[in-house]
Amino acid sequence: MRALLLVLLLLLAPRAFAVEPSERLADPALEARARSITAELRCLVCQNESVDESGADLAHDIRVLVRDRLKAGDTNAQARQAVVDRYGQFVLLRPRVEPATYVLWFAPVALLVVGFGATVVWLRGRPASIAAPSPLDDAERTRLDAMLREDASLPAVPVPTRDSQPALAQDGEA
Amino acid sequence: MRRLIYLLPVLLFGVLAGYFALALRPGYDPQTLPSAMIDKPAPDFDLAALQGDAKLSRDGLIGKPIVVNFFASWCVPCRIEHPLLMRLSQQEHIPLYGIDYKDKPEDAQRLLTQLGDPYRLIGMDREGHVGLDFGVYGVPETYVIDKTGRIRKRFVGPLSAEQVDQELLPLLRQLSAS
Repeated sequence: MRALLLVLLLLLAPRAFAVEPSERLADPALEARARSITAELRCLVCQNESVDESGADLAHDIRVLVRDRLKAGDTNAQARQAVVDRYGQFVLLRPRVEPATYVLWFAPVALLVVGFGATVVWLRGRPASIAAPSPLDDAERTRLDAMLREDASLPAVPVPTRDSQPALAQDGEA
Repeated sequence: MRRLIYLLPVLLFGVLAGYFALALRPGYDPQTLPSAMIDKPAPDFDLAALQGDAKLSRDGLIGKPIVVNFFASWCVPCRIEHPLLMRLSQQEHIPLYGIDYKDKPEDAQRLLTQLGDPYRLIGMDREGHVGLDFGVYGVPETYVIDKTGRIRKRFVGPLSAEQVDQELLPLLRQLSAS
């Protein structure tokens, strides 16, 4: 019961962000907008964290910059652009779709299409059905019967041909 | 056709090896980012100087090519490049200006007393606003600004003697000549 309670409480706990109380804006709507922007900006000091999550000093500065811009009446796009102007496209965790990023955005789809095409070509190139194996001849059938009778105790013998028929008969008697 | 398929893994290996060779080449640091500010006007700034009542401002520096170095007393790599900065100012007579990034004046003063002061003037960027406007993401960073106030080159991290001799000084010569 206690364990369950703990799990529930942990699930309810808000995700930890690095945003400090002093940075928060009084207006919750504006603060939410600021959050949505900084969550998609890369911190340049610890390059795999977002500005929203990072404890680095620079991330703090960028959070304050974004909030200042929003307070001054910027739209989300303008506030984002203010950061891109300083640090370049690299700060965007979600790169823009433009000629320089076409490879990034469309390569997965292109590879999928190429793979699909290659599969179709390969399947077309195969014979429609695999020919049925030729039926057993008499020698093979006799040997198979012998095997089935003797079960797994059959000693290893050379693969019989029509010429080795007597050897097979001997095996059967043994 | 069959034969070509057997060559495919070799081809793939070649492509991968090419990527690795590019990423492992000496001197390449994936953490170094291209500056968004190259060839753009330097951001406006107007900072109180470390010593005296002077001001270090963008407008006051326009008219000749200059070098602006962001540093701080708490920054260890800054100490590594410090002898080079001394050489730049004393032997090459480069117009070198400092911006003291998120630092206390007394700490900066102590550093300069210890190691020497290579700067013509030092502006105090105590809150780091100017650094933010320049797109600084770690000190030291060094910017070459031409006489019209445009940023022409950015060096991230401590300057090396090779960078100074092969990039910074030739660029300054070219900017001074034009």
